[in-house]
Amino acid sequence: MPRINSASELEAFRKDILSKRDPKKPCISVCTGTGCLALGAAKVVAALKEEINKQGLENKVGVVDVKETGCPGFCERGPIIVIHPEEICYLQVQPGDAEEIVSQTILAKKVIDRLLYAVPGVDEKITRESEIPFYKNQMRNLIGNNIKIDPKKLDDYLAVGGYSALVKALFQNTPEQVVELVKHSNLRGRGGAGFPAGRKWEFARNNPDEPKYVIVNADEGDPGAFMDRALLEGNPFSVLEGLTIGAYAIGSHEGYFYVRQEYPLAVENITLAIKQAEEYGFLGKNILGSGFDFHVKVHRGAGAFVCGEETSLLASLEGKAGEPRSRPPYPAVKGLRGKPTNINNVETWANIPLIINKGADYLASIGTGGSKGTKIFSLVGKVNNTGLVEVPMGITLRDIIYKVGGGVSGGKKFKAVQTGGPSGGCIPEEHLDIKVDFDELAKVGAIMGSGGMIVMDEDTCMVDVARYFLNFLSGESCGKCTPCREGIRQMLKILTNISEGKGKEGDIELLEDLAEATRDASLCALGGSAPNPVRSTIRYFRDEYEAHIRDKRCPAFVCKNLISYHIDPAKCQACMICLRKCPAEAITGGKKQIHVIDQEKCTKCGTCFEVCPPRFHAVKRLSGEPVPPPIPEEARILARESKQT
Amino acid sequence: MSEILLQIDGREVKADEGMTVLEAARSAGIHIPTLCHHDKLAPYGACRICVVEVNARGRKTLAAACVYPVEPNLAVRTRSEKVDKTRKMILELLLAHAPDAPALQELALEYGADKHRFEKESSFCVLCGLCVRYCTEVKKKNAIGFFDRGARREIHFIPEIAAKECWNCKECFPLCPTSYLQAAYHLTEALAFPRPSSKPASGE
Amino acid sequence: MDNDKIDKIIDKYPSDPSSLIQVLLEIQSENRWLPKEALKRVSEKLNVPLNRIQHIITFYKAFSVVPKGRHEIHVCTGTACHVRGAPRLLDTIQDLTGLKPGETDEDLRFSLETVNCVGCCALGPVIVVDGEYHGKMAPAKSEDVLKNYE
Repeated sequence: MPRINSASELEAFRKDILSKRDPKKPCISVCTGTGCLALGAAKVVAALKEEINKQGLENKVGVVDVKETGCPGFCERGPIIVIHPEEICYLQVQPGDAEEIVSQTILAKKVIDRLLYAVPGVDEKITRESEIPFYKNQMRNLIGNNIKIDPKKLDDYLAVGGYSALVKALFQNTPEQVVELVKHSNLRGRGGAGFPAGRKWEFARNNPDEPKYVIVNADEGDPGAFMDRALLEGNPFSVLEGLTIGAYAIGSHEGYFYVRQEYPLAVENITLAIKQAEEYGFLGKNILGSGFDFHVKVHRGAGAFVCGEETSLLASLEGKAGEPRSRPPYPAVKGLRGKPTNINNVETWANIPLIINKGADYLASIGTGGSKGTKIFSLVGKVNNTGLVEVPMGITLRDIIYKVGGGVSGGKKFKAVQTGGPSGGCIPEEHLDIKVDFDELAKVGAIMGSGGMIVMDEDTCMVDVARYFLNFLSGESCGKCTPCREGIRQMLKILTNISEGKGKEGDIELLEDLAEATRDASLCALGGSAPNPVRSTIRYFRDEYEAHIRDKRCPAFVCKNLISYHIDPAKCQACMICLRKCPAEAITGGKKQIHVIDQEKCTKCGTCFEVCPPRFHAVKRLSGEPVPPPIPEEARILARESKQT
Repeated sequence: MSEILLQIDGREVKADEGMTVLEAARSAGIHIPTLCHHDKLAPYGACRICVVEVNARGRKTLAAACVYPVEPNLAVRTRSEKVDKTRKMILELLLAHAPDAPALQELALEYGADKHRFEKESSFCVLCGLCVRYCTEVKKKNAIGFFDRGARREIHFIPEIAAKECWNCKECFPLCPTSYLQAAYHLTEALAFPRPSSKPASGE
Repeated sequence: MDNDKIDKIIDKYPSDPSSLIQVLLEIQSENRWLPKEALKRVSEKLNVPLNRIQHIITFYKAFSVVPKGRHEIHVCTGTACHVRGAPRLLDTIQDLTGLKPGETDEDLRFSLETVNCVGCCALGPVIVVDGEYHGKMAPAKSEDVLKNYE
C-alpha cells in the first residue's frame, strides 16, 4: 500500500480508486455483521462465490463482485443482500438462493419476488432498499454507508469520500477552529449523558498540561443496545477519522479504543483499520504531511459494565479494577494517568467527519432545539422490525415504533418502551407522541442513554422489568460505595419478594426512600441512575406493584410464584399435545381422558399454554386466584363422536 | 498554592488550592462525620457518610466532603434535611451488616437510624477499606485485598503474604470499625496458614 | 502453563502495570483459565502486587480461576433476550447440563455463563457456544444444539 503524504496525493489516489471501479458493474453486498453471521451470512457469501465460479464468471472482468459489508440495520430480516447499482434488496437470503441470484438477477436482470420485502397486509413487494418503509423513514447519515463498505478495506471508505474531513481539518482549520465547529454544531455526546461535545473538547484543548489523550468509549454495555458494535464492525474508519480529527483539535498525540471483549469482530476490524490507516499515512507520524503525529492503540475490556463509565474506563486502561473516581476533577483536567483526557462514545466520534464535511450548520439543521443531528437506536424486543434505526432527533416514539419498527409483534398490545438501558426508564402509551430528544425523555422519567429502545407488550411484567435491571446492576456495580452497593442490594431484595408474592404494605414507600438515597449519594452514575427503572415503573405502573403486593397477582402472568396453569375440563379435547411436550411430565391424561396438570410438578414453563391448539384454547393462566381442584377421575372420560366411514 | 474562599454553613472559610472540603471544614473547626476516612491514607470516598450539600455553578448536589476539591465561591451545607436523611439511610444500610459496631452506634443515635430497618445481612464487613488501604499505602505489604464486585465484594487476606507479615504487625486491627477484620484474619490463619507451635498460643 | 509462554505474552506489551488486564486476557484466552503460578509470574514481571491481581481477576468476568470446560455456553440475558424468554431458555439449559451460571461440569465438557448482551438482539433469545452464535432459540431446541458439542 502506498504511503500518502499530502492532501493532493490523497485526492489523486481517491480518483485512481474510483476510476478503477465501474459504477455500473453489479456488486452483491452481503451483510456480514455479527447478527447476520449468526444467521448464516458466511455460508451465503461462500455459496455466491461458488456459484459465480461455477458459472465461469469469476475471471470475466466486469461481470460481478461480491462484497462482505457491515450491518445496514434491518437485523430482523437477515441475512441481507443489496445488489448495486440497482439497489435491489433481498432479505432472509439462504445459501440455496445463490444459483437463482446469479442466474436470474445478475445475468438475466430479473428480480426474485420471493426474496423481496413484502408490505404487510397488501400484495405489494418493494425492490429498492431505500423504498422499504423500514429504511425510508430513517435518516441514515452514519449507518447508511455500512452496506457500501467492506470494513476490512480502507479503499472502500476512500471511495465513498472517507478522510476528506481529516484533510479539511488538518489543512483548512486550526485546532481551535475545529473545536469551534464542533461547538457550533451543538453535537451532544451519544454515550448517554448528552454533554455538549464541543464544550468538552474545549476544556481539554485549553488545559496546558501534557500529554493529552483521546479515547473512544466502545464499552457498549447496555443490554439490548448494539449501535456501536455495528459502527465499529461496519465502518471503523469513520470512527477512526473522527478520533484523529478530535486529537488534532485537542492537541493529543495518543489515542485509545476501549472495546468490550464481548465484541471480538469489532476488535478485529478496528485493529485492522488502524493498521491500514498507518500504512497509508493517515495515522502515525506526520499524517498526510501535515506535521501532526497521532498514534492509536486498541485496549480490550474484560467483562465489566461499569467500565462504560468514563472514570472506570480510565482505571481499567491503567490496569486496575474498574472503580470510578469522584468528579471533580473531570477527565478533561485529570484523566488518564492524571493528564487531560477527552473520552467520547463511538457514535459521537462518528459524527465528527460529517460535521467537518457538511458544516456545523448542517447538523444544527437536524433535530430539535436542544438535541441536534441523528441518533442510532437499537429497536428491539416485542417489535416487528427489530434492528438498528437512525432517525433525526425530534421524531416521535410512535413513529419510531410503528412507522419504522412496523408496530408491536404478534399483534399484541403495546405496554411500554424502555429507553436508556439500566439507567433509563419505561415510557407508557400516553407519552408515545413525545419528540425523542435528550430533554423530552428526561421529562417523562427516562433518558436517551446510548440508544437502547426496548418495546414491551401486554405479556411483560413491569415489576419483573424493574427487578431484572436491579439484578443486572447488583452484579455490575463495582461495590465500592455504600449507597449503590447496599441500596441496590436492598431494592433488589424488596422487588424479588414482591415478585414472589412476599411483598407487603410499605414496600413501595421503602423502595422510593432507597431510590432517593441511592440516586443522591452514589459515587458515580451507575448508582446514581440505578433507581430509574424502579422509579419509572412505580410512576406509571403502580397498579401492577399493588396487584403483586396486595392481591398476590401478576397481571402479565410472568412472575412464576404468582401464576398457575390450569386446563379447563370443559374445553380440553384430550389431544395429548401438551401432555407429550410438558418438560416436567406434570400432565396426566390419555386419548379420551381429559388432561390434568399436577400443580406440585408444574414448573410454570408455559409450554402447555403455547402448544394447546387455538381452536381448543383449553389452557388457562391464573394469577391471584386459587386453582380449581382437579375434577374426579370418572368425570374425565371424554365422550367423542367417532367418525363413521 | 493560591488561597481559595468558600462558604461552609454560612461561614467564610479560607482554604488552600488542592484541599478537600473535609480538610477545609476541619481547619475551620466545622465537624463532618466520616467512617472510611483516615489521615494517613488517601481519601477514599466510599462510605458516603461525609456527604454534604454543595452548590457549585448554580447546581445543588450531594458530594462526599472527603474527596470534593474546594473551589472559589463554593457554598457547602454540612447539615440539612437532605443531608441528614441521606446519612440516616446510609447508616441503616450499614447497620444491616454490623448492627452492634461501636463506630456506628453514636452516629446512629444522632441521625435516628434504626438498626432493624433492614434485615440482618450475613457479612458484618462494611467495606470501608481501611485495612486494605493501610496495608497497601502505609505498610506497603499488600497482604489483604478486595475481591469481586457489587454485592459480592469482600476483603480477603493473601495467605502467603499474611503468613509472613501479619503476625508481627496487625496494625490494621484497630482501624476496623466492626472487628470483621480480626475475625477474617483468624479464620485465614486457621485454614490457610496454621501457626507453628513455637508461637504463643493465645492473643497478643 | 509454563513461564516461557507467559513471558512471551508479557513481552508483547509495555512492561508496566497498565498492561495487566491485556496480558491476563491473553493468558486466559490461551490457557482457558488463570492458575496461581501464572499470576505470580505476572506479578513479578509487571511489578504488580498479588492483591491487586486477585482483585482484577475476580472483578472482571472475562477471567476464570478454575479450569473451563471444552465448550463454553454463553446464554445472553440482555434485556431484549429477556423479554423474548431468555429466563426459560436458561432454566432448560441449566436442567440439561446440570450447571448453574459460572459452573463447569466434572468431565470438563461444558461451562455455563450468562452474558449481558452480545449485540444480536434481533435474533433473541441467543446463545453462543464456542463463539458460534445460535439465534431464535427455543427451550425445546437446546438439546439438539448442545448434543453437537462433545
